[in-house]
Amino acid sequence: MTSLPSLPTPKKLGLVIDLDTCVGCHACVVSCKEWNTGGYGSALSDQDPYGADVSGAWLNRVHSFEVMPEGGEVVGEAGQARIVHFPKSCLHCEDAPCVTVCPTGASYKRSADGIVLVDEDKCIGCGLCAWACPYGAREMDLAAGVMKKCTLCIDRIYNETLEEVDRVPSCVRTCPANARHFGDLGDPNSAVSILVAERGGIDLMPEQGTRPVNKYLPPRPRKSLAESAHMLPLADNTEGAKGFFAWLDGMLDRI
Amino acid sequence: MHPAFSIIVFTTLSGLGYGLAVVLGLGLLDPAALATKCAHVLALALISAGLLSSTGHLGNPQRAWRAFSQWRSSWLSREGVMAIVTFVPLLVSAWASVIEGRYLAVPGFLGTALSLVTVYCTAMIYASLKSVQAWHTRLTPTCYLLFAAAGGFVLACAFAFAGGGNTVTLPLLAILLLIAAWATKLRWRERMKNLVPLSTPESATGLGDIGRVRLFERPHVTENYLTREMGFKVARKHAAKLWRIAIVAGGVVPALLLLVLAILGGQGVIAAAVAALAAVIHWGGVFVERWLFFAQARHAVMNYYGS
Repeated sequence: MTSLPSLPTPKKLGLVIDLDTCVGCHACVVSCKEWNTGGYGSALSDQDPYGADVSGAWLNRVHSFEVMPEGGEVVGEAGQARIVHFPKSCLHCEDAPCVTVCPTGASYKRSADGIVLVDEDKCIGCGLCAWACPYGAREMDLAAGVMKKCTLCIDRIYNETLEEVDRVPSCVRTCPANARHFGDLGDPNSAVSILVAERGGIDLMPEQGTRPVNKYLPPRPRKSLAESAHMLPLADNTEGAKGFFAWLDGMLDRI
Repeated sequence: MHPAFSIIVFTTLSGLGYGLAVVLGLGLLDPAALATKCAHVLALALISAGLLSSTGHLGNPQRAWRAFSQWRSSWLSREGVMAIVTFVPLLVSAWASVIEGRYLAVPGFLGTALSLVTVYCTAMIYASLKSVQAWHTRLTPTCYLLFAAAGGFVLACAFAFAGGGNTVTLPLLAILLLIAAWATKLRWRERMKNLVPLSTPESATGLGDIGRVRLFERPHVTENYLTREMGFKVARKHAAKLWRIAIVAGGVVPALLLLVLAILGGQGVIAAAVAALAAVIHWGGVFVERWLFFAQARHAVMNYYGS
């Protein structure tokens, strides 16, 4: 049934993504594709995979943005523009608009843990859920004609044949910068909830009313280049030198 | 948004068919006339062709029957259910006219009401999407309903002139509906042009507190499903020209043709042919309008793609 769970789900499994530490290496993108093309549901197909116009279905993509403070400049000592790498996948929204628009019941939100999934055997590939999602989290698999999306690696996180350390989404396990965290955001005492509280985690596009579960940790404030540079002129200054260095300073001045 | 050919054909043809069904359901055409019998068949044919076309963009059309199941939450499902339900009174009315040459009020009014409800459901598929701000307004279903009614009345004039009904009242009603439809559409368009974006790159990334956000690099160098489906921009530069073409073909020309026919009091094959031509030109204009409806609508996800 494509109605959303009537009560808040007891667990809200999701990701916390740290925009301060993400280095934009795309490792999470590749490991996501690798894991999900071989496991759950149909493969994540590519079209024209070895040609010039290659494209395909991906469940996680990393965008890069330039952020410019008011009155900032792009280059130079006072350059204030900064690059923020921005991984984006399904946010497993509490008010997921992609679920309620589904005409077939293929899209659903699990009442136990809040994960939003697609039952590919029911999906007719109409694409309306992708239209309804403001985040672009859903992509049609053009080979299978069904909608694909992040499953939060449901075939890993509950998989007892894997070692415990591997029972997290593939993107989280892979991230070399530790910028991705997985956990229960419904539990205020979970590590991810504490992280969100400490770092002021935010929702993407709160104005769309989707109430996303995934949170993003904003980049920490950065010192300006000019602020870090005030130490440099000191190297020229010999005032206050004592003893041997005072004598050396005087001698070098004279010759 | 990508203007899929199958969806434009679906919304325009089924809209025209339901519009004609509205006229027939109100009993405005003589049920015993051959022209009216043809109108019943044409209305059903247009609706069926539109609905079949709508399955053209599905990835797995063989499972389309599943779309009848989620009417509690999904406007697309409601549209499918209502389309099937509406066939019942329309078929009864068609049977009564084609076989028995009479008009039945109960199935007639029921057919009219359900036809309008079905068109409303179609429009709500789009109007319910908050992610596409241009569509997310009550004006969207109003436009769809008025265009369906206007098209239906213009097309019904052809059958009226062919001997099926009043050749003054129907053309005048058609002209009034054409004016109402395009006036509403104009308001819809003005609203779209003056929209303050609900979501911005700043709110989409949450980085607005730091400063102005600009896309530096896309995730992939080539296009993907999202940019093709939601980032459609082809021929947007012709939008103003296409809008004028839509108004002239979809509104001005058919209204003038019908006005001339009504004044001349024409009847018979030539008048019917001219009215039919007016209906075809009107459909062409609405087709262009529907193309713009999709092609000019901006999706919130484009905040992540720098356009």
